[in-house]
Amino acid sequence: MELQELKAQALAGLEQTADLEGLEAWRVRFLGRKGPLSQFLRSISSLPLEERRLQGESANRVKSSLQDAWQSRRESLRLAQVSTSQSGADISLPGRPMPLGRLHPITQTFRDICAAFQSLGFEVVEGPEVEWDYYNFEALNIPPGHAARDMFSTFWVDYTDDKGGHPMLLRTHTSPMQVRVMEKTEPPVRVVVPGQVFRYEATDATHEAVFHQVEGLAVDENITLADLKGTLYEVARLLFGEDRKARFRCTYFPFVEPGVDMAIDCAMCRGEGCRVCSGTGWLEILGAGMVHPNVLSRVGYDTQRYTGFAFGLGVERIAMLRHGIDDIRLFFQNDLRFLRQFR
Amino acid sequence: MKVSFRWLKEYVHTTLPPQEIAEALTMAGLEVEAGQGLGEHWEGVRVARVTGVAPHPNADRLRLATVELSGESHTVVCGAPNLSVGQKVAFAQIGARLIDGHTGQTVTLKQAKIRGVTSAGMVCSEKELGLGESHEGILELSPEAPVGAPLADYMGDTPLEVEITPNRPDCLSVLGVAREVAAITGEPIRPPALDYSEEGPPVRELASVEIADPDLCPRYCATIIQGITLGPSPRWLQERLISYGMRPINSIVDVTNYVMVEMGQPLHAFDYRTLLESKIIVRRARHGENITSLDGQKRSLNPDMLVIADAHRAVAVAGVMGGLDTEVTEGTTDILLEAANFAYASLRNTASTLKMRTEASMRFERGLSPELVPPNIKRATQLIQQVAGGRVAKGIIDVYPGMADAGAIVLEMTEIPRLLGMEIDRAEVLRVLKALGFECREDSPERLLVRPPYWRSDVRLPADVVEEVARIVGYDRLPTTVLSGRLPHRQPDTKFRLKERVRDSLSGTGLQEAITYPLVSADWLETVHCPLGLRLANPVSREQEYLRTSLRPGLLAALATNQKSGADAVRLFEVGRAYLPWEDGLPLERDTAAAVLWNGNGEALWTGRQAGADFYEAKGLVATLLYRLGTSSVDFIPSQEPFLHPSWQAAVTVGGRVVGVIGQVHPKAADVLEVTGPAFFVEIYLDAVAAESGRTVTYQHLSRFPVAIRDLALVVVEEVSARQITDILSSSPLVTEVTLFDLYRGRPIPAGHKSLAFRMRFQSPKRTLTDTEVDRAQQQLVELLGRELGAVLRSA
Repeated sequence: MELQELKAQALAGLEQTADLEGLEAWRVRFLGRKGPLSQFLRSISSLPLEERRLQGESANRVKSSLQDAWQSRRESLRLAQVSTSQSGADISLPGRPMPLGRLHPITQTFRDICAAFQSLGFEVVEGPEVEWDYYNFEALNIPPGHAARDMFSTFWVDYTDDKGGHPMLLRTHTSPMQVRVMEKTEPPVRVVVPGQVFRYEATDATHEAVFHQVEGLAVDENITLADLKGTLYEVARLLFGEDRKARFRCTYFPFVEPGVDMAIDCAMCRGEGCRVCSGTGWLEILGAGMVHPNVLSRVGYDTQRYTGFAFGLGVERIAMLRHGIDDIRLFFQNDLRFLRQFR
Repeated sequence: MKVSFRWLKEYVHTTLPPQEIAEALTMAGLEVEAGQGLGEHWEGVRVARVTGVAPHPNADRLRLATVELSGESHTVVCGAPNLSVGQKVAFAQIGARLIDGHTGQTVTLKQAKIRGVTSAGMVCSEKELGLGESHEGILELSPEAPVGAPLADYMGDTPLEVEITPNRPDCLSVLGVAREVAAITGEPIRPPALDYSEEGPPVRELASVEIADPDLCPRYCATIIQGITLGPSPRWLQERLISYGMRPINSIVDVTNYVMVEMGQPLHAFDYRTLLESKIIVRRARHGENITSLDGQKRSLNPDMLVIADAHRAVAVAGVMGGLDTEVTEGTTDILLEAANFAYASLRNTASTLKMRTEASMRFERGLSPELVPPNIKRATQLIQQVAGGRVAKGIIDVYPGMADAGAIVLEMTEIPRLLGMEIDRAEVLRVLKALGFECREDSPERLLVRPPYWRSDVRLPADVVEEVARIVGYDRLPTTVLSGRLPHRQPDTKFRLKERVRDSLSGTGLQEAITYPLVSADWLETVHCPLGLRLANPVSREQEYLRTSLRPGLLAALATNQKSGADAVRLFEVGRAYLPWEDGLPLERDTAAAVLWNGNGEALWTGRQAGADFYEAKGLVATLLYRLGTSSVDFIPSQEPFLHPSWQAAVTVGGRVVGVIGQVHPKAADVLEVTGPAFFVEIYLDAVAAESGRTVTYQHLSRFPVAIRDLALVVVEEVSARQITDILSSSPLVTEVTLFDLYRGRPIPAGHKSLAFRMRFQSPKRTLTDTEVDRAQQQLVELLGRELGAVLRSA
């Protein structure tokens, strides 16, 4: 067959192809290994060199023009296929759900609090929940028989030591870690301690026997109450937003001096006074203060050289304030209808 | 503590409203809430005297009363049965606002004609004034009430609810709170009178005091008053006790209570004549000793407790409660008045052992200053003389073995900016400390010698003095600064980081995090076959008696809760601690990741029903988790965990070491925990995984050569495990990956057999494999499978 005739026949056939399958059949027929062009190219191998070169060149020109035509036909067929409107394409059908797991709101709050402090150079560490009286009380300037123990109703472990004492308890706060960290580290210290704590008390909408805290401790030369105020105000801003007001007032914790109670203005009433804030306009969110000299000297820190601040936040309280949760017991009920709301 | 604002103002002048005082005290360290004011609405109500009572012309049950106030007379119609001439009453003029006795609503009093007679106002009952429930009769005022005075001036009051922190026992008194007000406002304090006349014999001739255990009693003072007349205390005194919430008893007991509330020191009065041999001995109780306390209860004492005794017997539990035998009662004429100081820790133990937390013990427990004793006993003696008469013996017995001079506190002026981060000038420091009753000596320009007032037992260190200055100056004045200085050398808590990664991984695979209760019941732990572990000495309930030794009970209970509330599918995980007893010390708090999977009938989706949770989902979950944590050589081996279904369970190993267990919850345990349907449980001990995880990944070269993919379907008897086949398929050096993609049982596969289909990837890092090579390798594998496992190729 003449090459030009072959070309015309092939191009005419190409026009007839209606879809990609027909196009593939066309390609196998005209451009395949057993197709006429391949046969032609094989058949000229016995021709003299010059003749072979001339015939080969023209055959390859035809081949390449057919390949180009095939390519452009393929593109137009594909385009035609895509643009054909598909019946049954109901975009309103729900998407196939991807598995979506969520963290418990307490974990989310822990992370937000810790991240705020980490941005200020604090390291996150954890400590034991079952503690010795020494770490939970004595080393924190609360000797046996001290009235301040009434501030921390305690679960005692049924455990008796050699001397007949009962020194094992469930920690009532994360503060024992202040002592444990300082025992192991020389200043400068900057840590936050997220953790579970226990109080011996009946449960109701605002009280839980088991809850969570984040403790913080910074000790170095030249750390002041003004630094504490600056640090906590910055964290309150990160957690609650720019426009909230904060308040520092004096209070008592045995392991700090001076002691601080920090509150933010009530978001419900904007400080006017309502049921949520018991009419005060303020919501207490944490206790803090300068680490008591007795606590520093007990771990062997030089109180002339070092000062420090410490604070403890109630995680449930902060989560409740941020999300408007009105019953603390929800955190331990693990009802999916509750948990799923915290994306 | 409830403090009457009216009473408070007796010691300090202020024109500020109670709400502002409450706010200022709160900022300075005493949390105070001003309660509902009594008399805030008594506009137009004044004290009046009844000058005449006449019958109503048109009604038998009503009378006409004439009341007089500041020269004017008014006639009112009144139905009260207890009205009589000469009474002082609360008279509401037209326009006054009152509470309607029947509806409880606040109303404005209007002029009214009652049965033909015009009433010019109203004589009020307790209820109409908001004082109480009674509106049967009118409120009769004290004969001393000043006629014409607005009732609010005469008896209006606002209760201040004061929350006293444990360090401030001095503020467990009206005077103490008044001192705070004085320091904040700068007003002077007006202390109560302490002077009285001593007309009796010298006190030492009448009684003796011996302290046998001075470690528990640093100070004991006594006075004696003879010839008193016991009766009810005067109305003003009773009203104050009532304002605090105490019941008046008799003049002597009332005075001791009054002084305690007024000045903070608990006191006790004994009937002097009942004290055998007129002796007071302060000693530890004897073994087997008993006392009947004032409340009529017989109390067993032990030598850890301190008692006040006479020559023969205990007459009071020191600082807690007096005894019945020596009670001041009808017929008492002579009293011995005690004011003492007791060691707080022992007293606290005694009060809690005897379950007697009294007003007195509550104050002693907080560590009162022994210096409070003399002014308080003087005040009480003075008041007793005033309200009950009698002759006071000369002098005071004062035994003070615990006397110690704490010395002055040296306050370097630099300490203030060092702790506070702000300067306070010297003059202001001196002014504040003086207002708080501190004595300051200016030792040098750089330092002050500071002596706290006698009532402040809590101020001992320079830091305490700095706080005093800061709280009165106000924390508002503190600047906000940022931490500067060196950053600490960081030591990341690897265990904490691992837990956070587990949380991310499990929530990332679609599970919901739960946090379950760490305190559980013995029954629950036994149900899930876990040891009991640590028990609480004082649990709130049997349901929360033990520290959990496993996360199993909590998570399964959470599953049951959600099943009951109608969930379709539940996939929960928890990362928490199990508390395992550890030799003779604190328990091992083992970080554990656990998950429970349940999928009801399968979630219904429009694209097709999702498969229900099963063993393989649990297995896949663990494999994915451990892969994410970077562990290698994870394996699942047969296990015998009684909490799980005997067939559907496996132990998880990493590097040959067991790190957890997975399986279907045993139906028996599921029943007890009220879980319905098959639930699958995963438990991984993170301490065991920790060492294997978190390695830095070393990059593997990517092969440039093509992959050949071959699928292979094999028929084997049921007993052959998929694992045996993959082990053989993976043994060829040319095979880089083997994946099971189909499992089929049923026709045409013969019974007792199954068909497993695998996809294999053949690849060399060095060259392109030829078809022949791959064919040969596959053929060898098939032959090996035939020999070892009896596997045959499934015919198409």
